[in-house]
Formats: sequence, C-alpha cells, structure tokens
Amino acid sequence: MKILIKGGHVVDPSNNVDKTADILIRDGKIAAVAENIDEVCESVINADGMYVVPGAVDMNAALCEPGLEYREDIASGTKAAAAGGITSVAAMPGTSPVCDSAAVVRFIISVAKERGYANVYPIAALSKGLCGKELTEVGDLKENGAVALSEGIKSVESPSFLRKALQYSSMFDMPVIVHCEDKDFSDGGYMNEGTVSARLGLRGINAAAEEIHAARNILIAKALGCKIHLTHISTAGTVEIVRRAKADGIKVTCDTAPQYFALTEDAVDGFDTNAKLNPPLRAKSDVEAIKAGLADGTIDAVASSHMPYHADEKRCEFAAAASGMSSLETSIPVTLDYLVGRGGVSMSDFVKLTALNPAKILGIDKGTLGVGADADIAVLDLEKEHTIRADEFRSKGHNTPFDGFKVKGKPEYVIVGGKIVVNKGNLEEM
Amino acid sequence: MKEDLLGLRGLSREKLENILDTAKTMKIIVEQANKKTPHLQGKTVVTLFYENSTRTRMSFELASKYMGASAANITASGSSVQKGETLIDTAETINAMGTDILIMRHSMSGAPRVIAPLINASVINAGDGMNEHPTQALLDMLTMYEHIGSFENFNGLRVAIVGDVYHSRVVRSNIYGLKTMGASVAVAGPSTLMPLHIEDMGVEVYTDVDEAVKGADVVMGLRIQLERQASGLFPSVREYHKYFGIDERRLKLAKPNALLMHPGPVNRGVELSSAVIDGAQSVINEQVTSGVAVRMAVMYLLSRGGF
Repeated sequence: MKILIKGGHVVDPSNNVDKTADILIRDGKIAAVAENIDEVCESVINADGMYVVPGAVDMNAALCEPGLEYREDIASGTKAAAAGGITSVAAMPGTSPVCDSAAVVRFIISVAKERGYANVYPIAALSKGLCGKELTEVGDLKENGAVALSEGIKSVESPSFLRKALQYSSMFDMPVIVHCEDKDFSDGGYMNEGTVSARLGLRGINAAAEEIHAARNILIAKALGCKIHLTHISTAGTVEIVRRAKADGIKVTCDTAPQYFALTEDAVDGFDTNAKLNPPLRAKSDVEAIKAGLADGTIDAVASSHMPYHADEKRCEFAAAASGMSSLETSIPVTLDYLVGRGGVSMSDFVKLTALNPAKILGIDKGTLGVGADADIAVLDLEKEHTIRADEFRSKGHNTPFDGFKVKGKPEYVIVGGKIVVNKGNLEEM
Repeated sequence: MKEDLLGLRGLSREKLENILDTAKTMKIIVEQANKKTPHLQGKTVVTLFYENSTRTRMSFELASKYMGASAANITASGSSVQKGETLIDTAETINAMGTDILIMRHSMSGAPRVIAPLINASVINAGDGMNEHPTQALLDMLTMYEHIGSFENFNGLRVAIVGDVYHSRVVRSNIYGLKTMGASVAVAGPSTLMPLHIEDMGVEVYTDVDEAVKGADVVMGLRIQLERQASGLFPSVREYHKYFGIDERRLKLAKPNALLMHPGPVNRGVELSSAVIDGAQSVINEQVTSGVAVRMAVMYLLSRGGF
C-alpha cells in the first residue's frame, strides 16, 4: 500500500524541512520526502496550496472509556481527534475504574487498536484511585504501555506526595503531568474571579489559585532535580512563573489549550454552562500573556483539554454544571485560526507546539516526518473557512463554547499509520 | 411572545418606569379596605422556592390573591425535588399544568435563566443565588420614587448600600435598576464581603461606611447571614456592628431627611441599631407594602404580554 502526497508545503521542524515537497508513504511508514517524487501509488493526494505536517499529538484529553461511555468512548473520541487533525491522543486516567493498573492500561490500548481512529497512549494515574495517597505501580504501568502519569483534573494536594511521586517516577523516566489549582484557595469557585463573576454573582476562582500551585510544583521539582509538566495553564501569572523557572534552568514544561488563547471570561456572561471550564476562562490580559508565552517558547505545547459531557450534565444551573468542554475536534482548527492566522505564529512553531514538543515530553516517537517514521500526517488547508457546529461533532460531547464560531483553517486529509482517515475533509468510517 | 423578569440588568428605563407607575396605582389597592381586583382572574400563579423565604413568598402570594389568581406553592423540601428531579423537569411539569406565571427562588445564580426559555409561563426571578432579586430592587425603587416624587429626581440621587455586598442579589439588582434611572450608587462593607472588581459595575466602593454614607439620599443596610462569621468572613458580630452597622451617628452623616432602608429581615443591633430601625427616617415597613404593590404590577403586566 503506497500513498503519495503531492505538491504540499511540508513543515517538519524535526528535520528542518520547510518547503514544497512530495511525501511517499509505504506500508504505514514514511518512505521518502523529496521534490517531484514519481511513483505509481494506490492513492495520490493533491496537497497543492496546503500544508503537510506531522499529525498533532494531544497530551491532555479524556476518552472516558472504560466506564464513562455515556460521555465518550475510545472510538468516538478518536474519531473526533482524527477529524480535527490529531493523530495521537494521550488519554487522561479519570476513567471508571481509574486507569491506575496494568489491566486498565492494556484494555485501553487493545480497544484503541481495535476501534481507534487515532493512536491512543494511556496516561496512568499518579495515585491509586486518584486519591492522592498511594503511588501507583509506575514501572509496571510503563511496561504495559502507559506514557505518563497524572491526576487528571485533580490537583496534587499534598506536597510530600508530589515529592515521592516525582522521585519515584523519575527512576522510570515517566513524565508527571499536573493540573495546577489550590483547591482550598479556589474555595468553591467555578469561574474566573473577575468582572464577570462580580456582575453575575458567581463564585470566582482567583488566578492565584493556579499560580500558587504552579510555583509550588515547580519548586518541588527544582528541589529534587526532577522534571514536571504543568497542563492547561491559563493565567498571566503562571506564564511568568514558568518563564522564570525555565530561565533558572528548572526542568519544567507546560501546555495550554486553545480555549485559553481564543476566549475570555466574557463567554460565561449569560450563564452559558458550555463556557464553564476548569481552569476557568480568564481575563483578556491573561489571554494576551498566554499568546506571548506561546510565541516566545515559554509554553511548550497546545493540548485540547478535551472533557466531553452528556448534555444533561450541562443543561442545568451554572453552579451545578460540569466543568469542561469537548475540544478534540476544534483544537487544531482554532489554533490555526487564532495562533497562526491571526497570531502570526509560524507553521514551524505550530508543528512544534501541536506535535513535536508534546511527543518529546511524552517520550513517544511521533511529531516527525522523518524517513522511517510512522505515517501520521495532516494536510491542512489554511484558507478554508468553516463554521463549528456542535451537533455535527463526532465526539459524544457537544459541549463547546465555540458552537457557531467561524474559523479559518481545517485538516483536509489526515493519515494515521499510513491509513487515510480523513479524506477531502470527510472522516472515513471504519 | 411572553416576557420574563429575570433581572433588572438590561431592562430599559421606559420599562422600569412603566412597572413603577403601575405599582404606584396597585399600592392604592393594597392600602384600601377591600383588596380585590380582577386583574389576574383565571390565571394561575405558582411559586417554586428552592430556598427558605417568608416575606418574599408571602408577598407574591398575597399579590396574586388580591388580583384573583389561583395560587399554588411548592417548596424544595417535601416535593419531587427531594426525590432528585432536575430543575428543568420540575419547571416543565409545573408549566404543563397550565401555569401562567412561575415565581422562582433558587440558591444558584442564573437558575431561572435555565428554565425561562423552555416554558410558556412567564418566569419571575424571586432571587437567584448571588445574582439578582429584581422585585426587591423594584420595591426599593418604588419606595424611593414615592418619597422623591418624580422619575427626574432619580438623576443624581445618591444611594449608599452597606453590608454583605459579596453575597447580595439585592445589591446587584439595585445597582442595575438605580443606574438605569440615573442614580449613583456607593457600596460599603468589609473587604472580605466585597467582590473583587465590583467597581466595574460603575459604583463607588468603600470600606469606610462613614465615607459611603456621607451626603447620601438613601442609606440601605443589607442583611448579614450570621453564619458567615463562622466561615471567617468577619471576626465577630460586635466588631461588625462597630465598623459597618448603621446607627444614629452614621445616619446623621447622610442628608437630613435621608431614607433608611433594609430588605429584611433585620438583625437588630447588627446591620442597623434599633434606634434607627424604629426612627423617623426608617421606611422599612413601607418597603414591605411596596413589595406587594410591585409584585402585583409585575404579574399584571406580564399577564398582559410584558412591560
């Protein structure tokens, strides 16, 4: 089986490629990247006027299987991912049962192999049952295919537990991904503390709740000489804390999600529960700081922070509604529009943020178009305008504050392991 | 198209004036010997209260009865709500029984907004979390209106609101309504009970109550939930009254005939001293009468299609 992608602008920073070239795929691997490849192939993709990039690696997404299939399952979640240009998904451990054992890790991998539209890499729980008390079997989890450890949307409350977790995981070179929030300081809040919370009488989460934990977690990592990854950072203060930590040589990396550079707390006005997220949508000044952090390399990666919910979990009082949005499908299009199109970020930096850096942080062999690499490729049309329609999502979760948004930039072809999954903008059902 | 009253935010001056003028005539009915009008004959009014309330619910109930409506009450305790029914399902059930006006109180901000678009009945917000309590602000404004004599006199009227601003839906509705009418609003209270960024609503913010009250035309105390002390928001009732209570000395800092208001129920000797509650400037009982009149006006206008 051979596929030829012709005439596209290939951007592959891992090999310093940024030019018009053809890509030949043979047996699921990249066989050649060169100008004017002349070879008879089963499929030829005309990528004229489009960008050809490594498929995105999403390092923070909830796929909800096993146990929470009413929200999402591995098939629906990876369909959404592929449709959105994401070829690898690192799945958060907040399943039921929690992904804290080799059995669950193996289950996820086998279901993904059978029914997945994209590669799935389980992130295992840092603590048994996500209870923040006892370490999981890090070595065994890694041997069975987990690529990282995290408490998902729960922050690590105990500093002494985090210390043990970082030290123990570092023996196995397992990345630790943390959500930063001092729950005690959040004090029951559920949106950003700012103008909108004051106006609507909604309980706010002060930006400092995130920053306290970001600083604390970085200091713990520094004290031990361990690596740490902060996920979905959202405030100007956190960006500055990470920037200074990196300047000091501390081994910290971080990601943010498109919603934190495309939307502000204003989206909550009118009590729209689809805009209820954790971390919450922040102020305009935070959005500017996140963009600056992405531009100067302080923020290493863009991840979707995909949290799909059943409609009933959002169709209720704001305070009672679940926090999170379904974002696998919109993550890359929104990034293309807000960061590349309007934000002036180069396509090379886009690839680093969405594919190369997250792959490096997770320690997986992705995010590259080098010869011999798995053929995980997205062909992006940056000029294509389309309207985001929640009711057309492949994800079971239709909870998005982007419903009705017009965005420019869309994957036209997505190839996963040498298989064309998205063809001319349409998902090919298995 | 039905109209709802979910809040005073965004309600035009014209509509506010229409409600207040209608309420003024309704007050005559409340104060006469034979309190019966046919304004809501054949209509059904249901109160759905997820939070305890005595005066607001009673006020709505009497208002609907004075106008001849059929009235029913549902409280969260002892109803299907306790069996785990969702807000939307409860509201749709009440709606399906032929309800014309649904009056709702809920502990969560924005809750009436969830159901209003889904049902035919007009929804009146009787207090949602810390967001709005529009009929309370309207009755406050009616009381002011009757004392200042005209809508023009709202221009430049200085209203000082003192107390637990953070948790108060009364204060937010008053800010929206009073500012639409041209009044200026100052809020004062302990900084632990003051939302950050409240100044973005176009109000003056003080922690020194003397400064807020100085030269005010209206001084309004807000109820303080005594259990807030236990959660560390202020150290003691004694200290609260000392720095944030309205007593005779503080009231003298306002204009000579300034009105003293409170949404009730009052903690005597905490938000207000007994001397000012029972003093000549207090219009607290007038507010209660205004409340019935305002609710009559709101229900009547909604039953006719809107404000």
